[in-house]
Amino acid sequence: MNTERYELNKNLAQMLKGGVIMDVSTPEQAKIAEQAGAVAVMALERIPADIRAAGGVSRMSDPKMICGIQDAVSIPVMAKVRIGHFVEAQILEVLEIDYIDESEVLTPADDKFHIDKTKFKVPFVCGAKNLGEALRRIAEGASMIRTKGEPGTGDIVQAVRHIRLITSEIRRIQNLREDELYHEAKELEVPYDLLKSVRNNGRLPVVNFAAGGVATPADAALMMQLGAEGVFVGSGIFKSGNPARRAQAIVKAVTNFNDASILAEISADLGEAMVGINEHEIKLLMAERGI
Amino acid sequence: MRIGVLALQGGFVEHIITLQKLEIETFEIRKKQDLKQKFDGLIIPGGESTVIGKLLDELELFEHLQDLINKGVPTFGTCAGLILLANRFKAINIKVKRNAYGRQLGSFAVNAEFKDIGQIPMVFIRAPYIEKVGNEVETLSVVDEHIVAARQNHILVTAFHPELTSDTRVHRFFIEGITA
Repeated sequence: MNTERYELNKNLAQMLKGGVIMDVSTPEQAKIAEQAGAVAVMALERIPADIRAAGGVSRMSDPKMICGIQDAVSIPVMAKVRIGHFVEAQILEVLEIDYIDESEVLTPADDKFHIDKTKFKVPFVCGAKNLGEALRRIAEGASMIRTKGEPGTGDIVQAVRHIRLITSEIRRIQNLREDELYHEAKELEVPYDLLKSVRNNGRLPVVNFAAGGVATPADAALMMQLGAEGVFVGSGIFKSGNPARRAQAIVKAVTNFNDASILAEISADLGEAMVGINEHEIKLLMAERGI
Repeated sequence: MRIGVLALQGGFVEHIITLQKLEIETFEIRKKQDLKQKFDGLIIPGGESTVIGKLLDELELFEHLQDLINKGVPTFGTCAGLILLANRFKAINIKVKRNAYGRQLGSFAVNAEFKDIGQIPMVFIRAPYIEKVGNEVETLSVVDEHIVAARQNHILVTAFHPELTSDTRVHRFFIEGITA
């Protein structure tokens, strides 16, 4: 991938900022999401809550289903590949997907290597629990980062942990002397140049979204106030009582995340939230996939 | 000089940073109360036009902004902002083709001529272009035979994103249009 293409891919993520990316499994759900104000949709056969319930091996979605969703909406369409499965990524690139999520929600295809994303023209978003992980994914060519909150649970605690850790690590790096960066790069196992960019700019070199466990407008606003630049919502919408209404409310919450009176208004009367399971009740921690 | 930047969704921070380089004061417009203050110009940024259009309605900003634009507040729209100024606010008489270059793999960057400015870097992200302009509209830039920038009285639109480059000349062009 040349530098210009990588810049264009980072630029697309910049245009998604302040927006909500919603998981959808059918063209009908994609239309509901678009009408509710989704900035993009993530096409996947089963939303994370169902993947968790079904168990087994979870893979890239059927290209036919992805194309059906591409035809149904005018907003960007994203899709997931298994960690390290570069052939699934090659297939999605042929489909002209707008963003590939190399995702821990699917069963990893490689327990050591992530995809060399610099070999692709199409952009990638990857999950990260901490600064080191985020910068390693960026070094591999990711043009957008998201937290790795526990998908399909409706429990926000892990996403909060990740965003707090990443932002506090960035603040710590900003306070290092320039000559201390060499050692820090070794400790974090990241390229020196990326770490230097973080120190000089006080932020990741790409857009950073929140993902995993967002179920309410308040959850979305919490992540925004903690420093996320936008939000992925997976099971939280289509596992709730009134998906369209909840989706609209989350979209508004991300725009006015700092205004408690607007948040109070839009949080009212949304119907059932997804029931959810808390992180201590689950056997499989998907966030631990890929480091 | 004070410019309001519509900050509902998309690349609004990039516009604010560009204006700061020109030492122009800015503020974000996210809700009705934000429109109570006085300002000299308005920017509608890139992002998803469906999302920004919907939030304009739901946050009850549309009518108020329509009124200000009709009254002659100088307004600059990039990408999604161009689409909204043409299709929603009907503030500029152009026919727009959305996602005209296809999906993300069709996004591109190019250096091209902009009237009265010269060669500038242009970044097109899932961009629209202008298929047709009315008689009252001045074409400012053409790339590959498609119109990508235009002006009608106090309304300026670009299909590309000058705010994503370090070049501030298009923003200066907009500001100079206000002071002229």
